[in-house]
Amino acid sequence: MIAFQDVYKKYSGHDALVDVSFRISPKEFVSLVGRSGAGKSTVIKMLIGEERPTSGRITFGKYDVVKLQPKELPQLRRHIGTIFQDFRLLPTKTAYENVSFALEVAGQPEKEIETLVPEVLDLVGLSDKANNFMNELSGGEKQRVAIARAMVNRPEVVVADEPTGNLDPFNTMEIINLLKKINELGTTIILATHNKDIVNHLARRVITMENGRIIRDEENGRYSLA
Amino acid sequence: MATTIYRIIKNALSHLVRQRLLFGATLVVMVMTLFAFGSLIVGNHVLTSALDSIQNKIDISVYFKTTTPEDQILAMQQTLEQMSEVKNVQYISKDQALQNFEQQHANDPTISQALTELGSNPLSASLNIKANNPNNYQDIANYLNSTSVNSMIENVSYNQNQLVIQRLAAILNISREAGIILTIVLALAATLIAFNTLLIGIYSNREEVEIMRLVGASNAFIRGPYVIEGVIYGIIAALISLAILAPVIYFTSPYMQVFIPGFDLWGYFTADLFLLFIYEAAFGSVIGIISSMIALRRYLKK
Ligand SMILES: Nc1ncnc2c1ncn2[C@@H]1O[C@H](COP(=O)(O)OP(=O)(O)O)[C@@H](O)[C@H]1O
Ligand SMILES: [Mg+2]
Repeated sequence: MIAFQDVYKKYSGHDALVDVSFRISPKEFVSLVGRSGAGKSTVIKMLIGEERPTSGRITFGKYDVVKLQPKELPQLRRHIGTIFQDFRLLPTKTAYENVSFALEVAGQPEKEIETLVPEVLDLVGLSDKANNFMNELSGGEKQRVAIARAMVNRPEVVVADEPTGNLDPFNTMEIINLLKKINELGTTIILATHNKDIVNHLARRVITMENGRIIRDEENGRYSLA
Repeated sequence: MATTIYRIIKNALSHLVRQRLLFGATLVVMVMTLFAFGSLIVGNHVLTSALDSIQNKIDISVYFKTTTPEDQILAMQQTLEQMSEVKNVQYISKDQALQNFEQQHANDPTISQALTELGSNPLSASLNIKANNPNNYQDIANYLNSTSVNSMIENVSYNQNQLVIQRLAAILNISREAGIILTIVLALAATLIAFNTLLIGIYSNREEVEIMRLVGASNAFIRGPYVIEGVIYGIIAALISLAILAPVIYFTSPYMQVFIPGFDLWGYFTADLFLLFIYEAAFGSVIGIISSMIALRRYLKK
């Protein structure tokens, strides 16, 4: 479903990605691990079309991501839910509106929005905070809003870039459990992290990066940086 | 489609209301801009009316020898009226000239007595000529002084007033040009300030724009609310600025009438109020729309 083929990315002189190739099948739960600066975020930016590779090919379902015009990117992104360390929620909107926004932009009818959003907010345990603004929520709550937004339009993939980087261990486990739940519902998950405990707890596929290269790609892998 | 438009408007309104501080600050600048813009339109009207009223006082009178037959004078009036430089020509016959004279000196018994003693009408018939442009008086005077018609003319008033008329014409021209340049410069300055304010407002929202892109919002869906916000700024600022301008004009209008006889500024303002509102709202909206286009172009590429 997702394929990177010989992807290179150079930033003014130094290489962020070198010869990156991998495939991800539907319903997989893949952890992308590596030290800070290894190239995890760059891989994710390439996948959602935020940055273009210097060379190489990236496909997502029927989309040839590198060839998409800026105009066509919104279409692609409606198939990918995104979660980030810094939440990236709209400050002038409530929790409910942040989630419903993802459906609004995709042109979903109001009726569907009115049933889907409360459902998803309930799933992430935020029904009672639906009308709160972002500055009224804790870090863990914000990240749960982001998860609700990422999954509400039933995307094929959810990518999470260090989603627990700003959270305490308790909230970290909550978020990881939510991601597992979403995966069990049939959604592919790509999780970039440098949290050893999470990776070992998950016991799923692990792609390890170092200096922009993939140095290991193991089914049922563990976190180990030699 | 209708749903999308509804959502764009809803998003615009809630965005404005929830960013009250930015909304208020931007609105203040927009009001000041449109106030300046409205004042410029009104001020220009005042200046033009003042200059027109001065210009209207300039004319040339041609006095004919008392022996000249009336049909020759009327023929000359026709010739003058056909000249492109001439706006209108008024014929004052000998009898009319006498009537005017008697009226002017009705309270002066010596003059009326002198006239009765004289028995006949000593006054000349005349043509009163107004030019389209004060610069044209020289050409008209040249024609009147030419030999072909000179024989029946007693006196051309321009010959005495030439210097004054030429100076006045120069002053009028400079004033009009200065008015236009000043208007353009001030309007440009006001526009740039409003423009900048809106740009900064959108720039402060750039993170939001990036987030919307990330969630898969199309460019139209992101841009739409900003365009609507621009229009809302335009309309509200136009209303407020006219509400400030109205009392200013109401209280200065009587003073204007002293300087420019027959000039009713308040009448002009109220008659053209709706048009003025449309101008201002359109001006504000266009600034809002263009600034959102420019500011967002950078962020909508990724
Ligand atoms: N916009 C950029 N300009 C220049 N270098 C960048 C840019 N983004 C990332 N890099 C570099 O690319 C490398 C990989 O970064 P990143 O993918 O963010 O790493 P990770 O997410 O694994 O911490 C780093 O060396 C980083 O400095
Ligand atoms: Mg990173």
